[in-house]
Amino acid sequence: MAEETEDNITKIVVISSDSILPTDAAMKVYESEDSITIKETCFGTMVNGPREAVLKVVETLRSMDRNHIFVKERGFKPGAEVRCRAGRGGGPRPGFHFLREEVNMLPMIGRALDKYEAGEPFEEHEAPKKLDISKLKKIIDSEL
Amino acid sequence: MAKVIIYPTNSLILSDMVERFGHEPLAMMEKIKEIINTVGVDSPPLNITPEGPKHGLKYAAVEVPAGVRGRMSLIGPMIDLAEAGIIVGDSSFSFGCMGCARTNELTKFLIREKDIPLLEIQYPHTEEEGQDFVYKIAEFLKSLPSGSDEK
Repeated sequence: MAEETEDNITKIVVISSDSILPTDAAMKVYESEDSITIKETCFGTMVNGPREAVLKVVETLRSMDRNHIFVKERGFKPGAEVRCRAGRGGGPRPGFHFLREEVNMLPMIGRALDKYEAGEPFEEHEAPKKLDISKLKKIIDSEL
Repeated sequence: MAKVIIYPTNSLILSDMVERFGHEPLAMMEKIKEIINTVGVDSPPLNITPEGPKHGLKYAAVEVPAGVRGRMSLIGPMIDLAEAGIIVGDSSFSFGCMGCARTNELTKFLIREKDIPLLEIQYPHTEEEGQDFVYKIAEFLKSLPSGSDEK
């Protein structure tokens, strides 16, 4: 319980890299001398511990592949009773769906970050417009 | 370092990018952490308590459903603290704390009402849109003052 009074934080480290695997990241965390706990997950790792130690470890992980490793804070500790699937009878935990949807976008975001870092010029792309209702009507009619 | 409110408030991409470009993201996760780490009678600690809808009365009227007021008790104080904002629309997913359409409307309205630098964009679906998304957010974050916490 003494740990609860400390400024403990949890960070979710999501790995979307071609060269780094979640296991590599976990091994890097195991090398750390700080008193932190980690949980390996399908998308990366969760790191829990005192604020300074966690921030240090997260920075080390980020430096492995800066533009393809993404980090966000998590409210609950790994294995927290109200969130962990083990105590809730299975099924995805609340918050997983949103994370999964964003994880699908990460390769694209990572490549864009690479381009931004390389200083590639910004080209304004015109977003495809929604289909006009009259055009849609014409398409339907033409198929009939 | 500016305090930047992000919408969706639990977004991994936005939270990461704000931190990456040297600012502080105001995100739902930190609020939840504060609540569950506060010593109370609930065991296990709850992220929403009956007190929530009462605190939410500052942001939404009493006729508004308790779910909206409960959520606003978490999001409202973040909007009060915000020095800049990023709103990302056109998301095909909204779950959990982002799962209430009326709260989302009220959140976006309150952020827009506040006189702060604001960036409104859409979630990317193609490679080009992804590049636009990242470049716009990066340029916006770089344009924010870095020493605004000394006000």
